[in-house]
Amino acid sequence: MITPSIKVMDRVILERNHFQKLIDVLITRDYRVVGPTLGEGAIVYDELNSVDKLPIGWTDDQDGGTYRLKKRSDQALFGYVVGPHSWKKFLLPSALRLWQAKRHDNGFQIIPENEEIQKFAFIGVRSCDIHAVSTQDKIFMNGQHIDPHYQSRRKDAFILAVNCGKADGTCFCVSMNTGPKVTFGFDLAVTEILEDNNHYFVVEVGTELGAEILHEVTYREANGREKKLADGIIKNTARQMGRVMDTTNIKDLLYKNYEHPRWDDVAKRCLTCANCTMVCPTCFCTTVEDVTDLTGDHAERWRKLDSCFTMDFSYIHGGSIRASTKSRYRQWMTHKLAAWIDQFGMSGCVGCGRCITWCPVAIDITEEVRAIRENEMIDTSTISGKEKTNAIA
Amino acid sequence: MAIKRKPKLAVWKFASCDGCQLSLLDCEDELLGVADRINIAYFLEASRDTVKGPYDISLVEGSITTQHDAEHIQKIRKSSKLLVAIGACATAGGIQALRNFKDVKDFISVVYASPKYIDTLDKSTPISSHVHVDFELQGCPINKRQLLEVLSAFLHGRKPNTPPHSVCIECKRRGTVCVMVAQGIPCLGPVTHAGCNAICPSYCRGCYGCYGPKETSNTGSLSSRFTRLGMNDENIVRSFRNFYATSEPFRKESEVHNHL
Ligand code: SF4
Ligand code: SF4
Ligand code: SF4
Repeated sequence: MITPSIKVMDRVILERNHFQKLIDVLITRDYRVVGPTLGEGAIVYDELNSVDKLPIGWTDDQDGGTYRLKKRSDQALFGYVVGPHSWKKFLLPSALRLWQAKRHDNGFQIIPENEEIQKFAFIGVRSCDIHAVSTQDKIFMNGQHIDPHYQSRRKDAFILAVNCGKADGTCFCVSMNTGPKVTFGFDLAVTEILEDNNHYFVVEVGTELGAEILHEVTYREANGREKKLADGIIKNTARQMGRVMDTTNIKDLLYKNYEHPRWDDVAKRCLTCANCTMVCPTCFCTTVEDVTDLTGDHAERWRKLDSCFTMDFSYIHGGSIRASTKSRYRQWMTHKLAAWIDQFGMSGCVGCGRCITWCPVAIDITEEVRAIRENEMIDTSTISGKEKTNAIA
Repeated sequence: MAIKRKPKLAVWKFASCDGCQLSLLDCEDELLGVADRINIAYFLEASRDTVKGPYDISLVEGSITTQHDAEHIQKIRKSSKLLVAIGACATAGGIQALRNFKDVKDFISVVYASPKYIDTLDKSTPISSHVHVDFELQGCPINKRQLLEVLSAFLHGRKPNTPPHSVCIECKRRGTVCVMVAQGIPCLGPVTHAGCNAICPSYCRGCYGCYGPKETSNTGSLSSRFTRLGMNDENIVRSFRNFYATSEPFRKESEVHNHL
């Protein structure tokens, strides 16, 4: 059989039993292949050298503050949604040594880190997470100041995306316009189909690299019925969203309501534990720690993932600016959903639902927005712009 | 304040189990470095040789439980430039502070054959209730990595990196899956001070709170979650009355649920 030549935007079929070949091709091309796998009672992201490491036949059940693994009735490779990890685990490591310094007679010498970054292949990236990665791309690579650590991990990353075959209790990508259909930012995007005795993927080609790689794996042409089936699956997922967020005028809504009583209410529940920011795929804040050893001849500078929920985060001379829980939660949510729009021209929330699932006390960003919207404060448009900025800072 | 001459270190013990001092001895590999940089002037657990004060840094382990202790800590303060309280006992009164919830005389009569020989204070109190403390390192026992960090920081005149945020942040940084969310196991991590690198959750156990309260610890909200997970009040009291039972947030929360 002559393999048809494929190009960007083509849709073809990859059989389930050729999925291993895809991984093998990526490994041969020197990629570090990472993706979903079972670990500690959840689906986490880790090294994947074999298709058997995928959570085959497993799914998850998520709601505010709870996550449970469950068996599926089939052998799907991607029959779950997003878990506690996100791709920032690889792109924005939670702890990174930036440089070391050695003391010598009349000063000190900086020893830079010579990082050898193996290029990543991300397997099973969902649409919400593609939006999240592209959000961080904008922050770390498209502005005036490029982050070399992010860039070196991101620039050659291969993305195998998955169109979600199910949505979960905390998903709301439809509200945020970020899914479930993968529309950009992928090399290959698959929709998994399981019918009677057939198990295959409808693969959309996103880049020439994707086409090249698929060419090295075996594939066949997709017929009209198969393409339609794939479209139907995505449409069906879109109808299953566990959460909804009304984003109409959300920026003004939050800017106008910074003294809303709901902030006091959420402050009673919030633990300021920072789980929400740590799991959020767009939250990007880091802190820098300098350490010396006992001799004082050796120093290191580390960058660590940080959170606006700590006191240290807003510490300046004399104390923390956001001492109250209310001000910290309000800062987080208002930045995510409003100030982010001013800052980066987009929302900071992609509707992945992680912050809802992984909040130990089930605080729900969609519910908080609803509570404020339903009981909006009196119009404060008379407040001058300057005062507004101070209040949300 | 960078100290030029070899600084003198003293290690003191009050009512405690010795675990925190052992953390210093446990720094096997690093201990040579410590001895090289610091004159270990008074450390009975390590050596009978003692050098008279004053001392540049005093590490104080243990809580104050007798009149004699209460007087002795004043002398230590006077002879120390920097006084660092280490461990749950020194920073919060320790497990022995459970007596603070009861009448200590009742215990004495039950436990000791000749109660008349026992001379003790009604309450077990942290060092900071008696003298000014320059730095508190929490933990039961303290983490040796953090102890070295504190010593290095003071030797070189910088602020120690011992962040007072939640254990959850350590959990997430190491990629551990939350045991409370994924398995319904009650966990004190969201109200507990970081420092242990989230050991218990990484072994699939809830945090026991051995590092004491974190900054802005919202124990009330966490207790409500424990109740929803099926924990009764008696067990909520138990989880807060452990190593840091008399620390303000943990004490208050245990009292809310205590119906005895
Ligand atoms: S704010 Fe919550 S739902 Fe939105 S992107 Fe972050 S973790 Fe996902
Ligand atoms: S919203 Fe939830 S996860 Fe976030 S800091 Fe508050 S309690 Fe923790
Ligand atoms: S396991 Fe405990 S410490 Fe870790 S994130 Fe969950 S609640 Fe926090």
